[in-house]
Amino acid sequence: MGELPWWSVLLLPVLLGAATWAVLAGDAVLRARAAGGPGGAALVAPAREVARLLAGQRRTTVAADRVLGGTGAALLPVAALLAAAVLPMGERPVADLSAGVVWFNAMEVLAWAAVWMVGWGSNSALGLVGGYRFVAQGLAYELPHMFAITTAALGAESLRLTAIVDAQRDLWFVVVMPVAFAVYLLSAAAMAFWGPFDAPVARDVAGGAAAELSGVDRLAFVGGRWLLLVVAAAMAVPLFLGGGAGPLLPAWGWAVVKTAAVLALLVWLRHRFPTVRMDRYVELAWVVLIPLTIVQALVVALIVLGGA
Amino acid sequence: MEIVLFWVLAVAAVVFGFLVFRLNSMAQVTFALLASFLAVAGLVLLLGLGYLGAVIVLMMVIEMVVMAIFMIMYMMNPAGLMPMAMYHNKAGSMAISVGTFVVLAAGILLVDWPGRRGTPPPDPTVALGEALMGGQMLTMMTLGVVLFATIVATVVLATDRGRYDRLGDDLRARRADDPAGGGVGR
Repeated sequence: MGELPWWSVLLLPVLLGAATWAVLAGDAVLRARAAGGPGGAALVAPAREVARLLAGQRRTTVAADRVLGGTGAALLPVAALLAAAVLPMGERPVADLSAGVVWFNAMEVLAWAAVWMVGWGSNSALGLVGGYRFVAQGLAYELPHMFAITTAALGAESLRLTAIVDAQRDLWFVVVMPVAFAVYLLSAAAMAFWGPFDAPVARDVAGGAAAELSGVDRLAFVGGRWLLLVVAAAMAVPLFLGGGAGPLLPAWGWAVVKTAAVLALLVWLRHRFPTVRMDRYVELAWVVLIPLTIVQALVVALIVLGGA
Repeated sequence: MEIVLFWVLAVAAVVFGFLVFRLNSMAQVTFALLASFLAVAGLVLLLGLGYLGAVIVLMMVIEMVVMAIFMIMYMMNPAGLMPMAMYHNKAGSMAISVGTFVVLAAGILLVDWPGRRGTPPPDPTVALGEALMGGQMLTMMTLGVVLFATIVATVVLATDRGRYDRLGDDLRARRADDPAGGGVGR
């Protein structure tokens, strides 16, 4: 297997950016069609928004913490890119780390710090509420999420993502561990504060953590959030959906198709369900999801022991 | 390359550690401490311990974000939002912390370290797992249970509401009387 050549480091942001662009445009078209208008104009909506934010002036608030706010906004896309370093694009990742699953988890958790810093940075009550909301939501999704990805690593007896893909030659992990897959999807949405878990940037707090962001800061924060969603969705493919395995198409083709399918599911989830408050989700996560994922891990452990 | 990385990370760890005492905002201080820890995690990664390095990043980010919330919550001045000094007895605390750093650094440089015997295992993660779940299994299990008991005991001591407040004097209320509703509908 091995790794991709060094220049793939430069390719990674481009590829992820393109994927993010596709999701954004798709989402905008869906929204426009649902509103009854033509979808065609919405296709260029992301470009218009990026240009607007790049040209837009930065707005500041009184006694803002520019250091933390700026760092937080910049940290979100960086965290998403670092997490994507272990993502097998087709067969090989940019960096085939031996502890790839833990690396992904560690980079994706940087979003906790990023969102809180952004919420704190603007010195606005609504922003701070959004930041605190995300930390509460993090406490809800993180543990079931860890158990879910641990279960995939357990099934392959390796933390290396290429090894996890190899272990799914005969049977995709989604068949063996459906609960872990479902929980992973929920936490992927929650970590990108997406869909039913968008309380940290919800309308009832005027945009929450992102309330006071403008210009390049907003572009980095919102773009980073989309990147994180795409990376989390793409990571579901090597973890549970057999990676690039499939007939006819090359490995990277299947990886793209499967990632698009997972993203479509997440987009549907967002449009189908209303926002779930994080205090409700905390109890659901700790009382229902954590025991479920532990039982799932136990079942997988027994299967692995039985097979060995 | 590795030597350059080592020095960059080492200097970053010390500088951010020092900033913890220099900055005057509780939030900035917490994240300066986090940056210092992340630099240390980078040094651990540089040693070839991929798993330990990634786990340090994971733990420290979660821990420091939660700590930021608690630090701000418990500050003496209103919500910890006003600028404040991070030390009391400036001269004494500076002497102690700089003195400790100098003594430790001098120890590192002056001690006649023994030469390396043996070689690192092919996969340090496996070696760590075998150490934790093999020979040190009992220690780790005991530690885990003690930590968990501490958490439960702390929460029980900290909360002013017990089961009688939730379920009535005879514990027969059909729905718990909670200040905040949960998601399972108990």
